[in-house]
Amino acid sequence: MTALSQTPSSERAAGNEAPGALAEAARRAEVRKNLLLTTPALIVLFCAASGPLLIMLVYSFLKAGNYGGVEWSISSDGWANVLLHRDIFDDTLSIADAHLTIFWRSVKLSIMTTLVALILGFPTAYFIATRPAESRNLWLFLITVPFWTNLLIRTFAIMEVIRNQGLINTALMAMGMIEEPLQILFTDVAIMLGMTYVYLPLMVLPIYASMEKFDFRLVEAGYDLYATRYRVLRRIILPLVKPGIVAGSILVFIPSLGAYVTPRILGGGKNMMLGNLISLQFGQGRNWPLGAALSLTLLAVVMAALLVYVRSIGKSESGRD
Amino acid sequence: MTDLAGPASGRPPRRPFSIRTQTGFTATAIICFFLLYAPLLPLVVYSFNAGDSLANFEGLSWRWYLSAWENEWVQDASIRSLILAATASFLSTVLATMAALGTTRTRPYTGLTAIYAMINQPLMVPEIVTAVALLILFASIKAATDYHGLAYLIIAHTAFCIPFAYLPIRARLEGMDLSLETAAADLYATPWKAFQRVTLPLLWPGILAGAMLAFVISLDDVVITEFVKSSGQDTLPTYMLGQLRRVITPEVNAISSVLLAISVLVVTIFFFLNRKMR
Repeated sequence: MTALSQTPSSERAAGNEAPGALAEAARRAEVRKNLLLTTPALIVLFCAASGPLLIMLVYSFLKAGNYGGVEWSISSDGWANVLLHRDIFDDTLSIADAHLTIFWRSVKLSIMTTLVALILGFPTAYFIATRPAESRNLWLFLITVPFWTNLLIRTFAIMEVIRNQGLINTALMAMGMIEEPLQILFTDVAIMLGMTYVYLPLMVLPIYASMEKFDFRLVEAGYDLYATRYRVLRRIILPLVKPGIVAGSILVFIPSLGAYVTPRILGGGKNMMLGNLISLQFGQGRNWPLGAALSLTLLAVVMAALLVYVRSIGKSESGRD
Repeated sequence: MTDLAGPASGRPPRRPFSIRTQTGFTATAIICFFLLYAPLLPLVVYSFNAGDSLANFEGLSWRWYLSAWENEWVQDASIRSLILAATASFLSTVLATMAALGTTRTRPYTGLTAIYAMINQPLMVPEIVTAVALLILFASIKAATDYHGLAYLIIAHTAFCIPFAYLPIRARLEGMDLSLETAAADLYATPWKAFQRVTLPLLWPGILAGAMLAFVISLDDVVITEFVKSSGQDTLPTYMLGQLRRVITPEVNAISSVLLAISVLVVTIFFFLNRKMR
């Protein structure tokens, strides 16, 4: 994920400068060597990452086969079905309410997840960045460990805590605060809690990265000018840490929007998100072109979010000059 | 920087409060750390439950670890997971090392941006999208060739592990300048010899870090594996995903705890390796 913040910088020039044609030949040999080294990785990535997306684009314009798969005739049904629903009996078209509900739930839950993660993550990143250098690494380590542990296991852990006989309900009932267990599992709230839990480190890490270089003399200057603590936070710290906040929000929003495992486990069968709707088309739904079109729609939204991110970086960098 | 707020700078302390403090931030951070780790605790505790349920704790026992160890499905899935993670992390690390050598310490050349985009693609495209795209591709290959082996999973895992292996290797390479390699060349080392004797030993910590990340990423993958695998080809995570739909016994907790321990171990080693590199 850190790759997002890297700009393809121009690296140090290699080798010695020889004049004229000789330099040109050496340069060409170097490029050839570089491409030769890079090609094997690119071939694998093309076969199992970029290539399949192109095939999916083709599939989204084909006709759905009766038992899954496709028939090789061109059809726009896949794309039309993203928003429209064709009645099987009288062929009338209507808006696909079920899809709209799922789109809306995906967007809503992703935004809420991002906000909650920001509210929890920003103070945490600030806390880590203001620790003394020796203990800072330990705190950072504590944030990174959950990030690298299995997402499925962490979702399972959350499920254990919130289910009806789980820790929260047992504790609340033991304290006599509720009579019946609260139904949290298999609701939208459960999905949001789960996603926040799972993606929180993605919010903390980029904010920390931009906080780390923060110059506290600016804060001191603010206090010298009689700013209140809140004003220092709003007018000095937040504007300077904004690139980290944007990066963190994007990094949480994108996987939330495409989440599959967390809503499947915590949302039950009914509370689907976009990822589950896509998967359904390749299972019981047996509508591969629709599944392909939905996937590409999701991809388009994600790319748009990334574009916003790249632009905001460009802006903050040109603003600094 | 730390001396600004304190008297250590020789000046008298000017403020009665720390300029770094923001109201409620420390408390939020502590809550945040608590929330990150608290749910994992019952998970591990109940894996040692002597009883059958996840609701009542009836005393300590290794029972569920033994039952997982003796479960044929778990054995089968674990072996497959390990083979897959080992193969995919090895292949992706080799490919990523070569790619890192071809994209760092060089003048920018045409296509470099496109190469970066391709290498980082698995990080940007939602996993479910890659998963169904691979399903579409592999389903037709499976139908055409009647081969249902592990190769599909290996190539899929290798591909999405490449960026994770690439990042630490590239970071390490960027911190190395070319003077040592130039010195080797001045001493009549062939390019291959210079690579073997100079570049590779210096690059080794980065390669190791990359391989470890790739291993963990492959071991933990659920979504892509779920869509690419042929029937009866469960890995440990997909086996667990299937189990979560049934009545859950503490056996799932036992498997989770083991996987958790492996991840924590690998990440800890990675963390210290990374610190040593700096």
